[in-house]
Amino acid sequence: MNGKKIVPLEFEQPLLLLAQQIEALEKQLADNPNAELETDIAQLNEQYIHLKRSLYANLRPIDHLAIARHPQRPYTRDYFERWDANWVEMHGDRQGSDDPAMVTGFLQLGDFAVLGVGTQKGRALRDKQQCNFGMPQPEGYRKALRNFHHAEKFGLPIVCLIDTPGAYPGLNAEERNQAQAIALNLRELAGLTVPVVAVVTGEGGSGGALAIGVANRILMLEHSVYSVISPEGCASILWRSGDKVAEACQAMKMTARELFSLGVIDQVIEEPLGGAHHDFDFASQKVKAALIGQLTELTLLSGPSLKDDRHRKFRKMGSFVEAAV
Amino acid sequence: MDLKEWFASRRKSREAMQVKQPLTTEEYCALWTQCFQCRELLYTRDLRSNFQVCPKCQYHFRIGADQRIEQLADPDTWQELFGNLMSSDPLGFVDTDTYPNRLIEATRKSGLREAVVTGTCLLQDTKVALSVMDFGHFGGSMGSVVGEKVTRLIEHAVEHELPVIVISSSGGARMQEGILSLMQMAKTSAALQSLHEAKLLFVSILTEPTFGGVTASFAMLGDIIIAEPGARIGFAGRRVIEQTIRQKLPNEFQTAEHLLKHGQVDMVVERTKLKDTLHGLVKFHKRKLVASAKAESREQIAQGKVSSRQTR
Ligand SMILES: [Zn+2]
Repeated sequence: MNGKKIVPLEFEQPLLLLAQQIEALEKQLADNPNAELETDIAQLNEQYIHLKRSLYANLRPIDHLAIARHPQRPYTRDYFERWDANWVEMHGDRQGSDDPAMVTGFLQLGDFAVLGVGTQKGRALRDKQQCNFGMPQPEGYRKALRNFHHAEKFGLPIVCLIDTPGAYPGLNAEERNQAQAIALNLRELAGLTVPVVAVVTGEGGSGGALAIGVANRILMLEHSVYSVISPEGCASILWRSGDKVAEACQAMKMTARELFSLGVIDQVIEEPLGGAHHDFDFASQKVKAALIGQLTELTLLSGPSLKDDRHRKFRKMGSFVEAAV
Repeated sequence: MDLKEWFASRRKSREAMQVKQPLTTEEYCALWTQCFQCRELLYTRDLRSNFQVCPKCQYHFRIGADQRIEQLADPDTWQELFGNLMSSDPLGFVDTDTYPNRLIEATRKSGLREAVVTGTCLLQDTKVALSVMDFGHFGGSMGSVVGEKVTRLIEHAVEHELPVIVISSSGGARMQEGILSLMQMAKTSAALQSLHEAKLLFVSILTEPTFGGVTASFAMLGDIIIAEPGARIGFAGRRVIEQTIRQKLPNEFQTAEHLLKHGQVDMVVERTKLKDTLHGLVKFHKRKLVASAKAESREQIAQGKVSSRQTR
């Protein structure tokens, strides 16, 4: 990632240890060339590749969560910049605030001129604090809504990138009606006659994620997660224990592939081996290609059909039994 | 345990009550109810006839869906709809117990199939679609069935041009249904988008307690939003907020009165006056609808005259 050293995750430790051993042996080999050592190293290198493949092929839900939350994972601005170096940011809710945790702007995505909307986690500490670690205030959702209406007026397709632990749970956020800000977005998104495509790029946390996620198509990056409550919250409420997070991750079915099997999302987007943070360009190209594919299909539909399509999509959500009356 | 002891343990610092009737605790409980707020001892039958509101301090006791309907619907006009919907276990969810076991337990406690009851009734002779949540069933949590019943009721209202009244009481989304419970927020809100487009009235009533995914979807989308006195209403729970901002929250925070002060609800209405208030609002908007329809037809007639004159 941009030449910076990648911070390894806990479950990647075995891989890291093996790499260190190989490195040490290679140093030894350089000082004292010998054929036996050379074959050993070659074997170890092969083992390393095997281990790496099997490690990433057998990730537990909590490992996906760790990748989704990786501090070096690409964020909304990283995608927008790569898709369109000349993208134009739009600021503010027009009612007194501009929430940096919600980014909105106009960008060219291939042949499509689109409205881009996305939650933004900060990178540096100061930046993180300003963005509330990616948790929008009500003003953030209202800024998104203002731009949704703009897109509707000018017939712009909407692309939403979701990476948030959830809506900000604060005193001021409550007093300025966080719940209403989210609810209104849900209703208004449902009524739009332009194509809406949402991509969960990292964490899809609860109502705060859904507030920009009522889309015709919902896509998820391979290691991203999407859930009704944070696994920590779920563990503390249902297990009354902070160390059941892995169990909560498993029980909630929050990974991209599980949600695809449940029929909740429409497409899983491949990430570079180990996660999007290993190669921003690769990840942004994959997401772009997926978006263009979806937009190409959706733009064939008329405005009313797009609205109906969205209504039908969410109308089907849920699982229940109808007893004989 | 004798009565005095039993009572003292509940009242703690309050002056001891001198009740000496030789009643068992159970008989006593059935006859008398102690107000949670002012600690007044209330005759249960009186309390019930006063809509479960303490006559002394106006404390609103939490009530179930059946009592709500009884309080609002004209006698013998309630017709339940979609009562046959039951939860399934789409994720095979297990925490310290299985979800199916928790569902059975919830029904045993509440006597209800699900956390919402939906149907139609007359409200002082005006037909309305009514949805009542019950906190006593699974904490009023919204899973697929709650979302589906509310959605179907809204669709029914659109089809039959009825005003919709939803009384919320919920701890939020039902975690045991994972993402599907989250999606009920979108499903119900999309249905309300259709109701909004059909220009039909939606009155949302927030009662103790209304939180999370219910507040952040249909409950906050009312054309008119009414809260019950003292009800706690919010998006995030108090504890979560305190942990996030690392400070104690004021007592009145997230109460109905606090929401009124901050412009989040239209009014706080005592339960004893709720039916009259609702009826007034429904009737008022019905009149507007009729008036606009009349104006429209007058306009059409006028336009018709103009065009017929032109053609002549
Ligand atoms: Zn009282």
